[in-house]
Amino acid sequence: MSVRPPCWGAMEKLKRTPLYDFHVARGGRLVDFAGWEMPVQYRSILEEHKAVRRTAGLFDVSHMGEVDVTGPGALDFLNRLVTNNVEKLFPGRVLYSPMCLPTGGVVDDLLVYRRAPETYFLCINAGNIAKDLAWMHAQAKGFDVTVTDRSDDYALLAVQGPVAASIVQSLTGAVLERVKYYHFVEGSVAGVQCLISRTGYTGEDGFELYHATGDSVTLANALVEAGSGRGLELAGLGARDSLRLEAGYPLYGHELSSEISPLAAGLGWTVKLEKSADFVGREALRAEKASGGTQIVVFFRTGDRRIARAESPVVDSAGEQVGRVLSGTLSPLLNEAIGSALVPTAAAAQPLWVDVRGTKLALFVVKPPFVELKKRS
Amino acid sequence: MSTVPNGLRYAKSHEWLKRENEGTVAIGITDYAQNSLGDITYVQTPKVGTKLAVGDVFGVVESVKAASDLYAPIAGTVVAVNTALEQTPETVNREPYEAGWMIRVKPDAPAAIDGMMDAESYSKLLV
Repeated sequence: MSVRPPCWGAMEKLKRTPLYDFHVARGGRLVDFAGWEMPVQYRSILEEHKAVRRTAGLFDVSHMGEVDVTGPGALDFLNRLVTNNVEKLFPGRVLYSPMCLPTGGVVDDLLVYRRAPETYFLCINAGNIAKDLAWMHAQAKGFDVTVTDRSDDYALLAVQGPVAASIVQSLTGAVLERVKYYHFVEGSVAGVQCLISRTGYTGEDGFELYHATGDSVTLANALVEAGSGRGLELAGLGARDSLRLEAGYPLYGHELSSEISPLAAGLGWTVKLEKSADFVGREALRAEKASGGTQIVVFFRTGDRRIARAESPVVDSAGEQVGRVLSGTLSPLLNEAIGSALVPTAAAAQPLWVDVRGTKLALFVVKPPFVELKKRS
Repeated sequence: MSTVPNGLRYAKSHEWLKRENEGTVAIGITDYAQNSLGDITYVQTPKVGTKLAVGDVFGVVESVKAASDLYAPIAGTVVAVNTALEQTPETVNREPYEAGWMIRVKPDAPAAIDGMMDAESYSKLLV
């Protein structure tokens, strides 16, 4: 078989989170992810995935970007920038939203936190930091708002799983019982000042802890120790991807992109066409909704263990290629291949197959999530 | 760091070969290979009776990361395949040289095995 050797030369130019040494010391297998040297796994992608569903996993996601948005015009600016309704936010609440182009295609999907009446905080995807900031600065013209990239100041640790809350609770005086899903508090965890957010990308209950980069090692070590009797495992980006796919969550660059609108991706609930603010992309999305759109993202399972990988052709009963796989993995809970595919809207209700290395496997379209999610509502 | 047992023969493409008493050989992938692949999710093996030439693709090993072809290190006929791997492909990760064997082959020319790398030569490749 063929094994690609690691490219050490290329790795030298990659960025590192504050936990680089922590990962190396604990057997993290480091790979290039969006220009960052990140652990794809420690022990095993499948075992780490199962640990998150059974007990808890700890993820270093410090490569994500953070942005401060402040000023009297912050609300108006953000409500124009994103498709979801920012007016719903009061301090302590979080909003998930795509941020669109005038075409309705997506610039990025992000979280919006309201920390104070005129103080907002955004979490954006690692691979889009430069692009998002340039876009936001351009869109901010005419608004009384200040947009500041804080990505280098913040690190982010995610604790996800059924016992995540008890692990984090053991390290903080904040009463986490009172922090509902998609809400947050500012507090201290293991003596480290954090924005404690009840959010995550796995479909499980859990917290994402935004903190200063200088505190990351202290916080990570404290979480590992607090979690050691409770089944906490270090988990890498490989498990993060299979978990989010099992949960039916989109990944920018796959289910969302400049070519795939939130409506096509099944995120119609994040597009508030009737909110009071006009937002970028509204006309295009209104038209797409009225016409039904030309393409759609479907989630599928195959009943087979062979993974239907991204870019694999999706064919109809005549054997003609009508679409392609966007994401694919093995679900360790279902023990079969799952994924998402982009197909013409008209084809979505027809029988479809995916071509996996020459073999055609039937697609069973599934309304996600693939497994019952236990995130706190 | 990876295990390279003495007594086996090795191919550059990371398959191992073990001589068996009945004149057949067992073939699988090395510890280095399974470690590089990560979690193995599927192993595709040929039908019993398949005739292989040296370098023929005799199957595929899949992991969460990627799919990789398996290359026949010698010519011969497949006499057995490890059907247990259908249910538990992760056996290849756990025991690449023992329970993780993939196929048994009756070699066309047993002398051809002597031309394969021994443990010491294969280990040098991994450095």
